[in-house]
Amino acid sequence: MSEQTEPATTFVPSGRLQLGVFFQGVNSGTVWKAAESGSQTDFESFRRIAQTAERGLFAAFFLGEGLRLREHLGRPHALDVAGRPDAQTMLAALAAITSRIGLVATQNTTYNDPADLAHRLSTLDLLSGGRAAWNVVTTDNAWTGANFRRGGYLDHADRYRHAEAFVQTAKEIWDSWDEGALAASGTDETWVDRAALRPIHHNGRHYTVDYLPRLPRSPQHHPVLFQAGDSPEGRNFAARQADVIFSAHPQYDDALQFRSDIVARTVAAGRGANDVKIMPASEFILGATSKEAQDKKAWVRSLQIGPQQAIAYLEQFWGRELSAYDPDGPLPDIDPVVEETSETRGSGFHGAKARELASTWRSEAAEKGLTIRQFVSARTSRGDATFTGSYTEVADRLQQYAVTGAVDGFNISPWLIPTGLDDIVNHLVPALQERGVYPTEYEGSTLRDNLGLANPARLPTLSPASA
Amino acid sequence: MTDTQTPFPPERGGLLLLDLDGSGAHPAAWRLDPAGPARSLLPQRLRETVLAAESAGFHAATFSDGPTPRNPSAAAHLDALQRAAFAAPVTRSLALIPEVDTVYTEPFHVGTQLASLDYVSLGRAGWLVAASADAAAAAAVGREHVAAPALADEAADAIEVSRRLWDSWEDDAVIRDVPSGRYLDVDKLHYADFAGRNYSVKGPAIIPRPPQGQLPVLAPAGLLAPEQVAAGAVDGLLLSAPAPGLLAAEVTAARAQNQPRVAGGPALIVELDIVLDARGQSASDRLAALDAYTPWQETRARFTGTAAELADLLAELLLVTDGVRLHPAVLDVELEELARLVLPALRLRGLLAPIHPDATFREQLGLSRPPSRYADAVTRATTAVPSTRGANA
Repeated sequence: MSEQTEPATTFVPSGRLQLGVFFQGVNSGTVWKAAESGSQTDFESFRRIAQTAERGLFAAFFLGEGLRLREHLGRPHALDVAGRPDAQTMLAALAAITSRIGLVATQNTTYNDPADLAHRLSTLDLLSGGRAAWNVVTTDNAWTGANFRRGGYLDHADRYRHAEAFVQTAKEIWDSWDEGALAASGTDETWVDRAALRPIHHNGRHYTVDYLPRLPRSPQHHPVLFQAGDSPEGRNFAARQADVIFSAHPQYDDALQFRSDIVARTVAAGRGANDVKIMPASEFILGATSKEAQDKKAWVRSLQIGPQQAIAYLEQFWGRELSAYDPDGPLPDIDPVVEETSETRGSGFHGAKARELASTWRSEAAEKGLTIRQFVSARTSRGDATFTGSYTEVADRLQQYAVTGAVDGFNISPWLIPTGLDDIVNHLVPALQERGVYPTEYEGSTLRDNLGLANPARLPTLSPASA
Repeated sequence: MTDTQTPFPPERGGLLLLDLDGSGAHPAAWRLDPAGPARSLLPQRLRETVLAAESAGFHAATFSDGPTPRNPSAAAHLDALQRAAFAAPVTRSLALIPEVDTVYTEPFHVGTQLASLDYVSLGRAGWLVAASADAAAAAAVGREHVAAPALADEAADAIEVSRRLWDSWEDDAVIRDVPSGRYLDVDKLHYADFAGRNYSVKGPAIIPRPPQGQLPVLAPAGLLAPEQVAAGAVDGLLLSAPAPGLLAAEVTAARAQNQPRVAGGPALIVELDIVLDARGQSASDRLAALDAYTPWQETRARFTGTAAELADLLAELLLVTDGVRLHPAVLDVELEELARLVLPALRLRGLLAPIHPDATFREQLGLSRPPSRYADAVTRATTAVPSTRGANA
């Protein structure tokens, strides 16, 4: 691991792919209506997924974060799986029964305190022997804030500036203990050498930190940073701060384009062209044959979006009850009641111009001859993120991504819990290994080792961050 | 509280809790830690320690925390809740009780984290409530320093938030009803609608009701106001006295002050520091050696002596209390003696509650699983979830 070389300006494909698994917990993509659908909250489900993923040499096990229960027309949303554990608590438990897989916690910068969150991430990193990662997300709405001490306090426009100051403070906290701060023997003067610790002072617009950090660096120095924002601002933030982008660009041509965009931004930020890894969100529907996979896909889609979900999906944007409409008929001919879709929360759609959207969708559905259910199914299934086919067909497709470096891997959302990784690990992984594009063993013991990321050098100066 | 309580004295015996903090409770413990000073931060060490505590026959382990620990032997500190979570899948019967602050933390996160600990431990989680009085803890998160008596209110509010969140999903809220397409029965979800002195929390929780329904909540005696304790805020109180001989009187006084357990009063658990004869050295010599480095200034009662003497003291205490929490001077050294000599002697005398693998912490405390406070709330399918403000335990 070289820490001092000049950043590379040319991207070099690794020729390899990594896999991660995203146990979503809240979404319409997880099938709960099948006989095989297991618990979304029992520890056994998490154990099963994590241990299967580790058997398949997955780089990462990924959890989302809940800040407020999704609502629909002013009440909790009833139709999708919901209810999930605190990410870091669950990952700390999984750290005890796994040994190589990375443990990624989604945590927002708005409703956490930097000192507290950095400390908890340090803990997870040490408890897992250097396998922790933080997926940095931002939140700004007052609706979410209703569960927290400060309420909604952050303007949408400020969210990345705030997040970046927060991340910078966290990195300073992780760097604050020099090597050798902890006593090597019982005869040392003190257990922790205060002179080897740098207190953190940050006096910013949104938060103040005056803190003496309490933990040394982990074997990988800092938790790996994931980031998912796709706006230009989000991409620049990732280019400056992140190690891995959990991207929304799985389709091959789009992935290539996204890669070159990120390489350009990363180099412009003074980092190496290979320093930021890209792992798009994806779904895999596999079978022994192409036909079997296609049949399975039709079945999965019918379970993901039933008639009630199709209507409810439109209600989110129409802001009114549409239960009188036939899910197998055309889109509603009435207009949404709200200009901004303020009635529906927690699904990430608020702020869209509802009326304009409704008319676009109506003509799109009419043009393609789609019913409400077909239209919603096509929209929500993220068809571009789905790899459907026989094991060998999909392995062939993925090989191309590896060779050109379109992506560094895929973050898979299983549509079935807890057995949704079984066919991937049993069949797709060996097919990828045969093609020489997938690891045959873990590279090392830390997540940085396994993702091919260098341990970060200590920040040269501990300058106060600028927000 | 509507629980069925076990009459006191409990026929099933008392509980022994062990605090697992750093290398031990003595500030110089790290110097004489047989495992070496840096090992207390390693996951292997935590795994070995909780397994040793479980196989010794302890009922529960507590995990201390705080942003600025008093104990220099624990100046580097892993988050207590995560240590407890890590311990969960490697143990079967040990209740896992992290100390979690209520003043400088987010009550919504704390409630979620503790509920999650209950899931990963299959119902063995508890909560040792703390209210940091430390100005450094305030500075770490950029908040105004909160001093007593406001600390009691902060603690009481945070407990109430967690308790409401834990009840905010009724037990049967996840229905998986395929014909109607509903995963959840929305009538079984409730807003917490907590409006406290300094903040409010809307709810519902983001996680279904924890396996125990309500996690047992323990607090140091004196943290909460007597009326908060009387209202059922906590399930257990930790009692301290300056010397071992004064502990029984402390328990008697607390029993007079609080409702009896049969009427929902808290379990009473006494705190005891211990130094034992071990590895060919007398307890007093060991203590002197430790104190020569850093004097052990602690307000808890301290026992110094042989394993047999400790067993006698604990036998006396277990006749009057519901449990004893031990703070070992040097964790590995004391634990060895406890496992080898002290716990077997107490078990032989029938003074310890039997250990059942997979028993919940509530079951250990003799508490039944309470229904959600919202379970009887009138719910109407056509309107928003009714406000439950004012609903209480």
